[in-house]
Amino acid sequence: MSTSKKSRLLTYSQAILEGTQQEMTQDERVFVMGQGVDDCKGTVGTTMGLHQMFGSKRSFDVPVAEEGMLGVAIGAALSGLRPINVHIRFDFIMVCMNQLINMAAKSHYMFGGSVQIPLVIRGAIGRSWGQGAQHSQAFHSYFMHIPGLKVVAPALASDAKGAMISAIRDDNPVVFVEHRMLYNLEESVLEEPYTSEIGKARILRKGHDITIVGISHMVIESLRAHKHLENHGISAEVIDPIWLSPLDIDTITASVEKTGRLLVVDTGWLPCGAGAEISMQVIERLQGRKQIIVERSGFVHTPCPTTKPLENLFYPNSSTIAAQAFTMVYPDAKPWMPEGEEAEEITKFKGPF
Amino acid sequence: MSKQQLYKEELIEKLYHDMFRIRFVEEEIMRLYPSDVIKSPVHLSIGQESISVGVCDGLAKDDTVFGTYRGHALYLAKGGNLNAMMAELYGKLDGCCSGKGGSMHLIDPSVNMMGTSAVVASSISEAVGYALGIKYKGGNQIVVCFFGDGATDQGVFHESLNFASLKKLPILFVCENNNYAIHSRLSDRSAQENLYKFAEVYNIPTHVFKESDIFKLCDLSGAFIKKIRNGGGPHFIEAYTYRWLEHVGPQEDWDFEYRSKEEIAQWKKDDQVDRLKDMLKPLERRNIEEKIKNEVAAAIKFAEQSPFPNEIDLFKNVYK
Repeated sequence: MSTSKKSRLLTYSQAILEGTQQEMTQDERVFVMGQGVDDCKGTVGTTMGLHQMFGSKRSFDVPVAEEGMLGVAIGAALSGLRPINVHIRFDFIMVCMNQLINMAAKSHYMFGGSVQIPLVIRGAIGRSWGQGAQHSQAFHSYFMHIPGLKVVAPALASDAKGAMISAIRDDNPVVFVEHRMLYNLEESVLEEPYTSEIGKARILRKGHDITIVGISHMVIESLRAHKHLENHGISAEVIDPIWLSPLDIDTITASVEKTGRLLVVDTGWLPCGAGAEISMQVIERLQGRKQIIVERSGFVHTPCPTTKPLENLFYPNSSTIAAQAFTMVYPDAKPWMPEGEEAEEITKFKGPF
Repeated sequence: MSKQQLYKEELIEKLYHDMFRIRFVEEEIMRLYPSDVIKSPVHLSIGQESISVGVCDGLAKDDTVFGTYRGHALYLAKGGNLNAMMAELYGKLDGCCSGKGGSMHLIDPSVNMMGTSAVVASSISEAVGYALGIKYKGGNQIVVCFFGDGATDQGVFHESLNFASLKKLPILFVCENNNYAIHSRLSDRSAQENLYKFAEVYNIPTHVFKESDIFKLCDLSGAFIKKIRNGGGPHFIEAYTYRWLEHVGPQEDWDFEYRSKEEIAQWKKDDQVDRLKDMLKPLERRNIEEKIKNEVAAAIKFAEQSPFPNEIDLFKNVYK
């Protein structure tokens, strides 16, 4: 990296804010709309102060009416603007599925390419401190299913900034998947604006025994699992796809071709999920050429319980990921699970929201 | 002096041209439909043309309209390209959506006819967002959003009215109340049958228009358009009308027995195509009709001769 490029530690939420702010500075068509974007919390800091910097025309609160407001964002995009529609919880995006699937995703195709919908729709997956069944859901796989939508779920602050800038500059509707547990995680982030290559995964750790693909917050847990495994003599390759649609299946496949094992750890349920899709695409490419072992991990297939003892069982963590990977590498050995403490971002989080 | 003579001959000619053109295009669609050259659902506007024509008469080219799956009349009234519309109905490459939209998804951005939706009410919030875009950019254009009485059942209709009023956006809402959502009568669906009252709740000035008179509609919508252009915020027209044919398809539907023939009698008597026709001198009338018949014949020929899309087109325009 060139020394002239300045970087410093930013949290994930600061990185999203900086990417948004830099795009709003260089393109007057970019604006932010969503419930509470201009309030004292500023969407956990990700929209903090934008209304003061750019005025209430370019960062404004909206009625509690998700479908109508996403429709407004789509209409504004049709008129040549570049809206960012913010949802503090991913669960609320369910209320505007009609606009997202039937209108935003379809317009460019259905109208023969005569219009385009440059739109970013942000949704944060909640977790912990009793978020419960309706504040913790992860629906990225729904959107991976839909032609016309792009889906990005960065896990690291540096990727969050680049992905935000790429999403804003893209001429299609982009679903930007965030995670509440990521917001306070720090990473070194470049000051200047930069993009994330759309559809390009990042190999975070090199390894040769097993490929672990993490999604969103599970990237962080997979990196911790990597450490457990390393201490136990297993070399895991950890990949963050970053973009779920389009998906960098080539990078993942090449890794599995090398390791012979794939474990996909999702921030979501398994049936018809991102893990199912990634696994299947790898199998389709490698079957008949290479013997591989494929497994998934993710939410237990129940709604998310509120009480902590049950919630602890609902999510994968670095210990369960490491244990599953160990058994995939050594199927005949006695099962092993490292002792791990609860991740700091989860322990520290005390809500209330 | 009779009231009819008060209207300028040019206006009568223009309105008759636009009305007859839409009526004739749709009658040609009815004629062609049994031959199966149009392989997609058509929701015909016959009987409802005067609302699109009357309101669009007061618009400039750079004003924007959004409509519904019953969109032929609006598309043509706003100046949409007829050849492209016919080719679209035929599923051809030269269609306004390259054959990927069909009758329910007409669009012509060159005249600011910005599209329609087959999912009831879904384009209302888009229209409001487009109006937000105009205000954002400081333009003095306006948006007109057309929808049916069925759309007023949807939550997004109410959400859109609220936001348009909250932000004082330059938009005219036009509710074409034909009393039926497919076969469901308004009184079976809504606790409030005076639909303009929904707009009043959101502090939007309204007018309910229960008659057929296209000149009165031109005057009323023209006055509202002027107010909106001068910063008066959203306005709302509830226009009573009647669909002559079945909800979807080219036929009458009296044998379905969800409505009675008596309902249509006054609307047919007041048909504005006939009324305007009678206001014109025979020669002028013939000239207009001849011109349109030639234009429509040419459009049908254009559609027939246009190629179908190729396999490569299937994958085009999923993403920009």
